[in-house]
Amino acid sequence: MPILEIEGLNVCYRPERGVRISAVRDLDISLERGEFVGIVGESGSGKSTLGFAITRMLRPPAVIESGAVKFKGTNILELTGSELRNQRRGGLALVLQSGMNALNPVRSISKQLGDVLKAHSQKGEHWGRSEVRARGGELLSMVELDSEVLDRYPHELSGGMRQRVAIALALSLEPELVVFDEPTTALDVIVQASVMETIKSLQRSRGFTAILISHDMSVVLDATDRTLVMYAGRVVEDQPSKTVASAGIHHPYTEALMKCYADPRADKVELQDIGGTPPDLSIEVAGCSFAPRCSFASKVCFLETPSLVRSELIQVACHVRLPVSPMAKEVKVVRN
Amino acid sequence: MRYFVRKVGMFFVTIWAAVTLNFVVPRLMPGSPVQATLMRLAASGQVVTNATKRAIEIQLGLPHTSLLIQYGDYLLNIFRFRFGMTYSITDESVSRAIMAAAPWTLVLVGTTTVLAFLVGTMLGVYAGWKRQSRVDSIVTVGSTVFSAFPPFFLGLLLLYFMGFKYHWLPLTGGYTPGLTPSLSLSFLGNAFIHSILPAITLIITSLAGWVLGMRNNMINTLGEDYVLFGEANGLRDKTIAFLYVARNALLPNVTSFGLALGSVIGGSVLVESIFGYPGVGSLLLTAVNNRDYPLMQTIFLMITVSMLVTIFVADLLYGLLDPRVRQ
Repeated sequence: MPILEIEGLNVCYRPERGVRISAVRDLDISLERGEFVGIVGESGSGKSTLGFAITRMLRPPAVIESGAVKFKGTNILELTGSELRNQRRGGLALVLQSGMNALNPVRSISKQLGDVLKAHSQKGEHWGRSEVRARGGELLSMVELDSEVLDRYPHELSGGMRQRVAIALALSLEPELVVFDEPTTALDVIVQASVMETIKSLQRSRGFTAILISHDMSVVLDATDRTLVMYAGRVVEDQPSKTVASAGIHHPYTEALMKCYADPRADKVELQDIGGTPPDLSIEVAGCSFAPRCSFASKVCFLETPSLVRSELIQVACHVRLPVSPMAKEVKVVRN
Repeated sequence: MRYFVRKVGMFFVTIWAAVTLNFVVPRLMPGSPVQATLMRLAASGQVVTNATKRAIEIQLGLPHTSLLIQYGDYLLNIFRFRFGMTYSITDESVSRAIMAAAPWTLVLVGTTTVLAFLVGTMLGVYAGWKRQSRVDSIVTVGSTVFSAFPPFFLGLLLLYFMGFKYHWLPLTGGYTPGLTPSLSLSFLGNAFIHSILPAITLIITSLAGWVLGMRNNMINTLGEDYVLFGEANGLRDKTIAFLYVARNALLPNVTSFGLALGSVIGGSVLVESIFGYPGVGSLLLTAVNNRDYPLMQTIFLMITVSMLVTIFVADLLYGLLDPRVRQ
């Protein structure tokens, strides 16, 4: 059984004044236990909204309009406050984008760890000072930090150290699914690489299922087993990370994204931006959201929203690359 | 540790500067009390001679020594709490006049300031935590309405209804005239009844500032990532509300509370004079009305020093509350 199943998820932002924006649209995803999945996309593609929806951390004005997020078979969208809180132990964890600010500035690291452990202590468990310190030492060594960090305050730690502490706190409850929302975006490239190494090795050694949300294609391809590409609130491509960079069937948006990143070792670097502007999420348009920016778009792309079509290990939602719609096939025939 | 040493050093330097300014500024003013008196005499048509001048100099105790010696005497007198005689009350020294008024003010204004801070902060924490709930609306709107009442207006309203119309509480004074101030239970009870109306006025008019300030800080802090992360880690609601949100939201209010406490000793001129309360505020009003410079100057010096002391204490406390400023 998949550890996570998302079915027909629709999330929108409904501010008191202003327009309604649909951030996640008719999304279906299924994750197997132990998978490391990356979600990439540009700003506004709905990837962070999705991460927050999976962990039930969305706050108003975000509203889940429909759909289900099933974690080990339970729809977590239906859980009440205390059931949800219990779900955090051995369940779902979230590591935030700005790990820099994810720690309470006036509490020492050991106190904050104690807060988490005590909140979930079960019968017969006692989290006194020494127990918290022992567990803290373990957790910190897991993220390659010295146990003396326990006595520090967040402002005494570097950005990378803070993000490592945040990871240690998130893992303290032995979660089975961890969502990393841009965990390294606030860090410089070198620290970013070492934090990513830690995340990768932790995922492998502890075997939790992980979702890495990032706008950085290279980070995702390097760390994950499987990559989902999101555009305008939809998954437009889903395939093994190994093959995303290689030739083969891709969504035109993925191809365009790949051209935005350069290999620093290459002799000649050619970078290309994606023409046009990101879609306006406040209006529902028929057809493929990427069509206005797509150089391959044909008539059908503006008329019918493509759905993910499987071809062996990959899934792509594109009328041009994997045509299934009778209308798309017609267009093909006419062209031929 | 270095934080505290530096703060203590800074504190003494500021105190010295304030005390010295208090000495220098009056002496920089053109003219002298003697000249002013002579002018008044001359204007009223009296004959002014050198003897008159010397007589006035002696009467006012005008010093003939150098500025440096005067400054030394001045400092010494401050240490001995000698501030001269007041003109307002016959045969009374400034120190004794202030010592008689200070306890009244400290108890009334001190207690109400602390109470308003505690109650206001708690209401603000609750309103901010349950923002947009009915309780939040009631607390926020209610305290805004009350804070819009000028203290003298609220005081007069209370006096009219509670004191004049229904005779529930005494109209004026700190205790029933005729009683001798003492620490006996009956006298303290009498003083308590007299302090109810001024206390209500002071609390109601200062409550809103704390409520609204704390509520705003709470709402800002609720948006912080560490609150979100705490929720993601399934912390208990109470832990998040108090240790994560309120604890951080309180920090800016500690400084304001220090400032509020510092101004306690100056009393509340408006409220004390409306209720005829025998505190420092009333004393200051008397001093101003009687052109009682020694008394005025001493009260101002006292306000300055107590302001500095409480800011100093608030600073130290801030260091305990916020690890980030300790370095």
